[in-house]
Amino acid sequence: MIEWFTWVQLAVAVAAGVLCIVLGFARRVPSDLTIGALALVEALLVVQLIVAILAPGFGNEPTGSVLEFYTYLISALLLPPAAAFWALLERNRWSTVILGVAALAVGVMVYRMLQIWTVQPA
Amino acid sequence: MIKLQNAPSQARAKTRMSGVGRVLVAVYGVLALAATGRSFVQIVSKFDEAPLAYALSALAAVVYIVATIALVRPGVVWYRVAWATIAFEFTGVIVVGALSVMMPGLFPHDTVWSGFGRGYLFIPLVVPVLGMWWLATHRPVPPVATGAV
Repeated sequence: MIEWFTWVQLAVAVAAGVLCIVLGFARRVPSDLTIGALALVEALLVVQLIVAILAPGFGNEPTGSVLEFYTYLISALLLPPAAAFWALLERNRWSTVILGVAALAVGVMVYRMLQIWTVQPA
Repeated sequence: MIKLQNAPSQARAKTRMSGVGRVLVAVYGVLALAATGRSFVQIVSKFDEAPLAYALSALAAVVYIVATIALVRPGVVWYRVAWATIAFEFTGVIVVGALSVMMPGLFPHDTVWSGFGRGYLFIPLVVPVLGMWWLATHRPVPPVATGAV
């Protein structure tokens, strides 16, 4: 795991979450902006997955449970597509709020992944 | 692009999924995912350490999944299922939360409900209350017999 990248990822997820929730409460329906924000969150998760697969090969080993790390990562990967799918099916403001909820949940999960990788002994 | 807003809303009106209720369902879905993920990890990697706590985690995960489905499905039966599962969760978070704070020795391993859901931003404590409020204010409308006079 690359720590600075994970922090950037966390910041993007939280920013996307706040953006979508604010726009949702402002009665905006899901737009290119909000769905795009979730797409960015998802893309960063895919990068994180690739990094996580490759990192041990470069001597960058997780300190915590690998199983737990990947459970969080795979669960997190499911959230943005699920929320975006919902947003495409139901175009109203609550779907925008849901996009935000998903992005914030990803943020929490990324933070837990950072803890598992860096500070939490197995 | 087809305008989905104009789709007939007759059927949708009978579900409990209108308005902000959708957000509640989404939060339940995330919670179900979180609880399932955690119990999966616990059971696969260290079930022997605390079978009771981890079995409880798994039970909680199943109940969250059922509650999520029950909130979405229309009808009186699902309405009762939603009440039962959400009440179960609320009882769980209160009882296990209180026990884990007062007698930490009893729950040495974290569950979703330990410390009133502290590990999950207290969402397990708040969401059942919102859920019960939502159910109380959105009773299912009995099907109207349109054919008979």
